[in-house]
Formats: sequence, structure tokens, C-alpha cells
Amino acid sequence: MLEALYRTARALPLGRAPASDPACSGVQITPAGAEARFALRIRDAGASAAGLPLDGPINSVRGDDRRWIARLGPDEWLIGSDEAEADQLPAAIAADLGERAHAIVDVSHRNVGIDVSGPLAAAVLNAGCPLDLGDAAFPAGSATRTLFGKAEIVLIRHDGATPRYRVECWRSFATYVHGLLAEASLGVGETARR
Amino acid sequence: MAQPFRLSRGGRIDRSRPVRFTFNGRTVEGFHGDSVASALLANGIHLVGRSFKYHRPRGILSHGPDEPSALLSVDRGPGRIDPNNRASVVEARDGLKTLSQNHWPSLEHDIGAVNDLLSPVFVAGFYYKTFMWPRKFWDKVYEPFIRAAAGLGKAPSVPDPDRYANRHAHCDVLVVGAGPAGLSAALAAARTGKRVILADEGPEPGGALLHDVTAEIDGRPAAEWLSATLAELDSRETVILLPRTTAFGYYNHNHVALAERITDHLPNPGTAPRERLWQVRAEQVVLAGGSHERPLVFADNDRPGILLAESVRVFINRYGVAPGRRIVFATSGASAYAAALDAKAAGLHVTLVDLRTESECGPELARLKATGAEVLTGHTVIGAKGTKRVTGLIVAPVDRAGRCGARRLLPCDCVGMSGGWTPAVHLFSQSRGKLAYDETIDAFRPGTSVQAERSAGASRGTYDLAGCLQEGFAAGAAAARSEERRNFTASPTLTGFRPVRAMPTDVDPGKVRAFVDFQNDVTAKDITLAVREGFHSIEHVKRYTTTGMATDQGKTSNMNALGIVAGQLDKTLPGVGTTTFRPPYTPVTFGALVGPARHALFDPIRTTPIHEWAEEHGALFENVALWRRAWYFPKSGEDLHEAVARECEAVRKGVGIFDASTLGKIEVVGPDAAEFMNRIYINPWLKLDVGRCRYGLMLKEDGYILDDGVVARIAPDCFHVTTTTGGAPRVLAHMEDYLQTEWPDLRVFLTSTTEQWAVIALQGPKAREVIAPLVDGIDLSPEAFPHMAMRQGTICGVPTRLFRVSFTGELGFEINVPSDHARAVWEAVWKAGQAHGITPYGTETMHVLRAEKGYIIIGQETDGTVTPDDVGLSGMIAKAKKDFVGKRSLARPDVVASGRKQLVGLVTDDPKVVLDEGAQIVDDPGQPIPMRMLGHVTSSYWSPNCGRSIAMALVADGRARQGRSLHVTTPEGFARVTVVDPVFFDPKGERIHA
Amino acid sequence: MLLIACPYCGNRPETEFRCGGQAHIARPADPGALSDAQWAEYLFIRDNPRGIHAERWNHVHGCGRWFNARRDTVSDRFLATYKMGETPQSQESNSILSTSTQAEARA
Repeated sequence: MLEALYRTARALPLGRAPASDPACSGVQITPAGAEARFALRIRDAGASAAGLPLDGPINSVRGDDRRWIARLGPDEWLIGSDEAEADQLPAAIAADLGERAHAIVDVSHRNVGIDVSGPLAAAVLNAGCPLDLGDAAFPAGSATRTLFGKAEIVLIRHDGATPRYRVECWRSFATYVHGLLAEASLGVGETARR
Repeated sequence: MAQPFRLSRGGRIDRSRPVRFTFNGRTVEGFHGDSVASALLANGIHLVGRSFKYHRPRGILSHGPDEPSALLSVDRGPGRIDPNNRASVVEARDGLKTLSQNHWPSLEHDIGAVNDLLSPVFVAGFYYKTFMWPRKFWDKVYEPFIRAAAGLGKAPSVPDPDRYANRHAHCDVLVVGAGPAGLSAALAAARTGKRVILADEGPEPGGALLHDVTAEIDGRPAAEWLSATLAELDSRETVILLPRTTAFGYYNHNHVALAERITDHLPNPGTAPRERLWQVRAEQVVLAGGSHERPLVFADNDRPGILLAESVRVFINRYGVAPGRRIVFATSGASAYAAALDAKAAGLHVTLVDLRTESECGPELARLKATGAEVLTGHTVIGAKGTKRVTGLIVAPVDRAGRCGARRLLPCDCVGMSGGWTPAVHLFSQSRGKLAYDETIDAFRPGTSVQAERSAGASRGTYDLAGCLQEGFAAGAAAARSEERRNFTASPTLTGFRPVRAMPTDVDPGKVRAFVDFQNDVTAKDITLAVREGFHSIEHVKRYTTTGMATDQGKTSNMNALGIVAGQLDKTLPGVGTTTFRPPYTPVTFGALVGPARHALFDPIRTTPIHEWAEEHGALFENVALWRRAWYFPKSGEDLHEAVARECEAVRKGVGIFDASTLGKIEVVGPDAAEFMNRIYINPWLKLDVGRCRYGLMLKEDGYILDDGVVARIAPDCFHVTTTTGGAPRVLAHMEDYLQTEWPDLRVFLTSTTEQWAVIALQGPKAREVIAPLVDGIDLSPEAFPHMAMRQGTICGVPTRLFRVSFTGELGFEINVPSDHARAVWEAVWKAGQAHGITPYGTETMHVLRAEKGYIIIGQETDGTVTPDDVGLSGMIAKAKKDFVGKRSLARPDVVASGRKQLVGLVTDDPKVVLDEGAQIVDDPGQPIPMRMLGHVTSSYWSPNCGRSIAMALVADGRARQGRSLHVTTPEGFARVTVVDPVFFDPKGERIHA
Repeated sequence: MLLIACPYCGNRPETEFRCGGQAHIARPADPGALSDAQWAEYLFIRDNPRGIHAERWNHVHGCGRWFNARRDTVSDRFLATYKMGETPQSQESNSILSTSTQAEARA
């Protein structure tokens, strides 16, 4: 029986691969571990729920690596948390939202996270992501749904001295997204100037 | 002797770094910094190819991207053969193999050169005129002949082993071209701190400054200004300097495509990508792409050794190569004098022939004469001598009326010709900017801008150095929204020319071969003939003669062609207009466009959590949308039909396990969820109890079926919707559209849970027995858990939404579990099922089993023109509902009309005959052709459980034809079939309730 | 590739969007009350102007919102983008070169 292991024995599509730096390019591409995620939808959100701020602007993220909330649209948030919190979090959010119509849907197994960090992380992401990832346009604390190659992703930029990004995609796209990241990191620093 | 035409000094080549490559197998030596063209010329090699149509010997015309003639096949190793490279832009490096093209058996002796002797036959429009009749000759004679003759160079035959990269980039100012204007623009923009990208197609930034060795800027040698400017740009983190990078396409909203060539010039590229496609979105663009020199049009102006005058200057100054020892410059303008002066300074024998009279010339005339060089003003060029290399130029004095005097032969081994200059307005034109004709420079230059761009320097018709620098700086500053302006002083530039279309001659111009378009072998005579034959629009002349239609897009030829047409029609140039410039500016490799999207990265290949298990158990897979689904599980020796027969029987008699994870799933949540469902689906939803399921059908507003699927009510305000595999994104988008734009008052939220839930379908009489020991918290008894119910509990300790549903007609469950646990649960079920003979089955068996029951598949029985009634499902429509999406359309006249195609079953007279899906159906096979088609077969299988073939079909008035015979096309003729009800197995549906 | 100013997210590349055809065609409140001709008009008949066109766009690979836009079909210039239910402020406002950037929209 898997009961005891339910929250820990997850078979992640990218496995638990260690951080890889395919061609010593200065970009680390690391599949995230088992995390909990929830899609929160509400129109009149108010300031916060279960300690998660809901008043941030669209396309921003708040919180830290262990518990974050990204506002993807006017009435849509993606929440990430440790597995340990996962069983209580939806109820806590629902309790705070009270009578206000909303939806909290568990998407922990739908989403796969990949962390991309290092000085050339933005260049690697820009191999497939058409957005301006410069510091002015996409500073730490930014989060948005966008595209990476032919896959839809959520891109989050965390705080950090070196650029740190989280790429979230749907489960079945993880192999493609991870593969394209790895491919893009090969020779990302190479230019025609030599 | 190595490099006999290398000058003893000068040039930007590195004489300490020799390189060796081969040309047609012969080793060629050059230096680091050489182009293939300059290295060939250093070795006295002028004959480098045969022309496209007439197989005429051709040499190197230009030093840059406008080269139309010197097209080589470049071999960089296995799989890396690339045809049609311009020798002038390929960098010489060790190990490169280059080959000339379009000849047999050899470059020197080419059988195809007979075309040149037959040239009176190959006039403009030859193909249109010749291959018109007899009509039956087209397939067997003409087309194979044309195909064999067409094309230049050989396409590679093995996959390209190189890596190609892609990069999206944003900047405030994109500067195209790193000549004086572009550098100056980049400098001005960079000083504001804005993000700047500076792209230049050459290996070294500098443009004309790289060969204008005597120029001075602000009192210093131009080379010093160049290195200081580059150093400053380099020091700024906000500047990206991209050499070897061609801006080839200017698209909407300042989206500009650049091709960066990263490794072609490196002998050992390692793992670096060969090229990178930059997709730049720029706030502002500065176009500083320079200009192209025009050849002079005279007889045999295409002979090897005849170059553009400025190119002669480039080879001498930049590469330290003498294209000849005895050079005749032929010109109608001032710039060729600069080339002549530099050639003279390099110690070469120089004669200059100028069409202009002395009074038309500027200071250039006196300067050249002062060197002792002979200058013949008021002279035309009648023609060239020599075949594989120019040996002399025939010139004659000419008056303004075009009357020629006595001929004179000027012996030479090289000619530098100049017919004036044309701004490179290609990118401006691609940006949809409107060109304006400027008589003072005899050229079209950028007129009205449409996008946020500005041109500067020669690409705008400003040819003097100080003007280029000043204009560039102003453009760069303005693009960066800065007020700063700068004045530059620079040594004067020799500019100005007399426009000339075809050089005056003393022979019948209709009899000479004066080339206008070198790459497509179009002569002045061809263009004249086209106009005479009635082609008066420049767009028609272009297509009829093919002038300007080669891969060089007429960079050297367009203005001459235009001028000849204008002259024939007695019109002005703007009266004739220009043809349209289209991307790419210069040829781009497919690799650069494809980027990393190859093999596994071509498209996402979506797989389920059960995929590896299926692989381990021998499944074959089929593609369904982006998904890869298990198709069938053959045991050793089984083919598709044997495997499917076994799988079908196992489900009907025991139990089968099937991966249904790809089904689309949407969580519909909110106080108005049921009302929303009511409006989207044709069925009623308000009274569906929690814990119950319903098969739902949804239409588009036009009344045709969009999708279907089972829906469970999880809570009063929550539905678990399933969709077809391929329809999932479409359905979610359809629902969101209505929710956001038509019914924003409904408090409903949609979340895709397709990948949150994996779905293990367990189907067959033994299904309950298999899962019973694994399930907790759910009473599985038929009374407590009837067909079309949903219960939540755990299976193997994992939370599940357990559906009792069936797409097979058997007792069945669909076990929804969170995806990361699916494989473990699947294996537990697999293990528990061993005692009951559990059999994995794939999509093929699923299709057969549902067809036996007459269940439709969206996209198979439906095609976007099928209504619920057409497939016999009008009974699902909630009559009490006043409205739902598509309801009104079901009363449209053509939807209620008789004669619509309806879903029926078909059984063949011969039970062994399995019809083809898509086969057409007729009433009477004896009727005359064209026959009246009644419909087509939508699904057809061998049914193991029925012991015969079965088929479903859409047939006009099909339900009224029950029991009647029809005829279906097969590869062997017509097969007779009988129309039956489309439920072939267990018509009463008793098994499902077991 | 067009650059489209999503009213929620600012300028984003065209690939993140899906075009939904002509805008401001409301679904009739009571379709059953419409004649066949009226229903056909609603269902099938669309403008195809050479010039300014009001059209629906969905930022499908972004915030997911539908919004309206006024686009010049000749030049592809966007004159305005505005949220569902709003009316464009003026014909010339919100041109793609003056509208909010990604960063400004978020701030």
C-alpha cells in the first residue's frame, strides 16, 4: 500500500535528476522535487488568504522558494508549496475566502518544475521564450504564463544574486521542455566573435 | 609559386597565419582574414564557375554579399556540403573544400557551354514559347528535361549534423550594418545607456573603413577611429556586437530576424552551434546597410577578371591582393577613381576609361592624371576580349548622341567597372516603407517610414564619409531619444556619376551579349525583347525574363534592368516603379530557420505516466494529437489483427486494462457551475446528483458537434468534465470564450486537470473482482455503485475519483489517480488482475470495442458538419432548455431538411471483407459516371466478438434505408452491403450493468 | 510577428495570442426569437474591411483573458486594445509604440 508514502513516493516524470550543467555553460538546469501546487481562481480576491498575498499585480510572484504565489491573470493565481503543507493549504485558503466564490484545484501532479539558474539563464530561456527577460522588463519577482518553444510554461524569476528562474510546465511537456533547455544551454555563450 | 598575386604589403590579413583549402581539389593558400574569393585571386584563379543558363565561364564580380557569379559548393566534412555559397563572403580557413558548380565534365571543359553557342534560341521567354506544344510532350519530355537542367549546385543528401540555435532578444536600438554610419549610430545610442544590438554581415566591423585606407576622421586615420569606436562599444555591457550576422528579414512591429554564423570560419567548432537565429524585437531600428555598385552593361561584361571597381579596391586594400597586374577601370562616375588611385599606389598598371566628358568630372580627374595614369574621358566600352579570362577591353570615344569613334583595344588582365551606386533599401522596403526616387543619385531611397526605423549613410543615398558619420550619429541618438548631435570632419569622398543603362556601342545592340543579371543570365537584349513583346509592367518583365529573380535578388542588376525598361518605354524610373523586396536579404540556411526544432525537439511528444510500462510490455504506439498512445500490445509473432482479436476477446470475456490518461479533463467550479454546464452542453445538468455521471455532448453555435465526454458531479458546485484526447484544448478554449465574453455574470472557474489525473480504465466482466481488494472507502456493489456513478475513496492508499463508466459496453471502471502515483497503482491493479487473466489493450482494441457498441468517436463519425440527430443522439437534447450553445442552429432550414447524412451500420455481404474507412457509398453501381455519392464509411473493423467485419457510415437518409442494400467502393470494385442499426453487440446493453 | 498590447500584461508577442475574429458581435439574448435570416446574419456574416477592424483576441498563453482590439488590416498597426466590456478611449490612443510595456503593465 502506498498510503504512508502518498505524499513522498511520487514518480516524477523527470525523475530526481541532479543539477546538470550540460556543457559547463554556466547554466544549471535542475528538475524540481515533488512539490504541491494549487490553481486559485477568484474575482474579488481581497488582500490575502492563508498568509498568501493576493493583492500583487498581475505577472508578479510573492513568497519564497518553499511557498510562493504567482498572479497569472486578474483572477488567477498559481500557488507552490512544500508537500508538507499541501493537505492543509486548500482548506486554510477556503476558510479565509469565506463566502466569496472561488476555486482551488490541486494541480500538484499536473505541473512539473525545472529550476534554471546562472549568469546565462536568461539567454537559455530566450532560446524558446519570446519575452524580454531583461532586468527592467522581467526583474526578480516576475511571473507569467508564456511559451517556451512549442510548450506553454509559467516562468517565475526568484530573488537571487545570480539570476534564478523556475519553469513550470505540464507533466507531459516536461521531457520536451527539459530537452530544449539542455539543448539551448549547449554553446549558449558561443558567439561569432572569435 | 604560392600566391603570385599577393601584394607584398597591406591588407588586414594576418600574414603570420597561413591557411590552406582546396578549390576543385587543388590546394589554395591564403592567409587568415582572407575570403575564399581573395585567396583565389591571390593565386590568380579567376574562372570559378559556369553560369546558370548559358554555362558561360564566370569569375568573381564583387567582394561582398551582392556577388552573383562566384557561387561555390562548400564542403566542411560529411553531411556538411552546402551549395551556392558566395566566394566573396565565405572565409578562407584550413580544411575547407570548395567546388565550382554547373559544369560537366569539368570547369575548364564544360559540355553545357554549347548553350552559349545556341544562345539565339534561348531568348527571353524561351520556356514559355518552346514548351507550349504538343501538349502531351509536357509530362514525358519537357518537364523531365527542365527538371534536369534546373537548379544550381547539388542539394545535400544526408542529414545536417550541425547544431543550430535560436535566440529571442529585445533592445532599444538595433543597428544594421557596422560601417561608418552604423558604428556612429551605435555609438550615439550606446552612450545613452540604452540596450543596443549592432549586427554586421562581415567577419570584422568597419564596412568601407576596412578598405578606405587613406581616409581620415577628425584628423586621425579612419582605422584609429574604427578601433577606438569598437573599444568603446565593447566596454559597454548594454551593447551586443554581432559580426558575421546578417539581418535578413524585417517583419511586423520591428521584429527583425538575424542569422549569426558562429562556426563556419573555425576549423574545429566543437559543440558550438553552427548558426544562431536571432529574433530581435527592437524599439527602434537604424538601417545602415550601405549600398551596392552597379556593373556597366557592355558586350561580354561577364568575363572572368571583370570586377566591380570598388571590389578591385577592396581586394587590393583589405586583402593585399592584386586582381590583375594591368587593370582598366571603366566608369561613368567618380568613385572608380579612388580605386584607380589605390591600384596605382599598389604599383599596378592603371588605365581609366570614363564615359563622362572632362567637364562632367570633378577633382578626381586631376588627381588620377597626376599619378601618370592614362585617363580616357568621353569613352565608351564596346566589349571585352578573352573567354576564360579577360585579355582586353575595346573602347571608343563617344559623343552625347551616342556616336562612337575609332575603336581601341586596351590589353589588360583585369577590369574594374562602375556604373554608379544603389542604396541597399531592401530591409527598409521589407518594413513596408515607401521608396522615393531621387534623381540626384539616380536611385530609390527610403521615403516614408511605416515602422519605427530610420536609415543612415549609403543605404539612404549619403555617400560621403563625413555625411555618413554625421547621419549615423544623429540616427542613433534619435533612436535612443537623445538630442545629442555631433559634427565629424573627414577626408572628402569621390562621389557622383552619370546614370548609364547600357553602354553606347557601334554594333547592333540586339546582337551582343551584354549581361544585366549575371546570376540568371539575363542580357540587355532579353529585357528589350520583353518590352517589345508587350511586357510593360516591371513586375511582368521580371517574371518573363527572370531578371532580379535569382538568389541575389538583383542587388547588382535591378537598377540597370529598370533603366533599360524605362528607356524602352520612354518613361522615367519612378514611372516604371520597382519590384518588391522580400526576405531574406541574402540566402539563409534551413538550419538557422529550423533551429533546435529537430528530432525529439521538433514537437513535444506527450506521454502518460504509464508510457514506460507500456514500452516495457511491448506496446506499439500511435500519435493522437501530440500524444503518443499505446496502440496495441502484440505478443511475440502477433500482427495487429491477431493482437487486437486477442485483446478484444479478453475484455469481453475477462478483463482488460487500458491507459485513458490522455482524456481531457476540466474542473468546472463555482456557484453557477450547473447553469454554465446547462448552457454549454445539449443535455440537462441542473438535476444531476452529486456522485453521478452523464455523457455530455456539446455543439458549436452552428449546431454541429464539437466534442463529447463523460461528466461527473463532484459537488453541487463542482463538475469533473472529460473531453476527447484531441479536443481538450479546443473545449477549454470554447468554454472560456463563452464564460468571459458572453456570460461574465456567471460565477464559474475552469481549470485544466488533464494531467493532474491519470486514468486507468479497467473493462470487462471481471473488473470489479480485480479492484475490490485494492479499493478503500467505496462500496463497489452494483446497487451502491451503479453504472454512470462516481465515488471518491482510495485505491492502494492513493486518493481516487473512481468512475463506473464504460466505452466498451462491458462492466467497467475508470480509476482517476494523481499522475505521479499512476504507475504504482497500475502495477498493483496489474498484479491483482493476474489471477483473472488481465490483458493490457491499446487504442485499436478500444476503437473496435466501441464500434461494436455503436459509440461514436469525435472526428471519426463527426467532421464538423454533423448534428446530434445525424448520429442518432437527438434524444440527449434537453427539450425543456430554452437555449444552449447551438440550439437555434438545430432549427436552421438545412439542418431540418431531409436527405441529411445519418449514422448507420453497414454489414458486407461477404463477412470477411473489411471496408476502407473513407470509402464512398452509392445506391446503384451501374449508374453512369459521375455517380451520386450517398455518403462514406466512417469506421470499419474486423470484429472478433461478432465474428465478422462491421462498419459505421454516414449515409443520406440512412435510417430510412435500414435493411436495404448499398454499394461501397473497394480497391477491387464495389462491395455490396446491407444497412443495419449501428449497434452490433449486446444491443440491449445488459452487460454494462453487470 | 505582431506585438500586441494585452490590456492586462502589456506588449507581448503574437504567438502568445489567438485571434477570435470580429469583435462586438453579441450573442442574441433569445436566439429562438430570431428568424432564420437573422440567425444566419449573426452566425456567418462578418466584415472584412480594408482598414480599421475591431477584433477579438485571447491572450491564451498569457493571462488567458479575451479582449478587444482595433487594428488596421492594411498596416497591421494596432490603434487600441481594451478589455471586454470597455470601449476604446480614442482612435489613436494605445498605439503599439506608445502603450505600456511588459514592465509598466506589471508595475
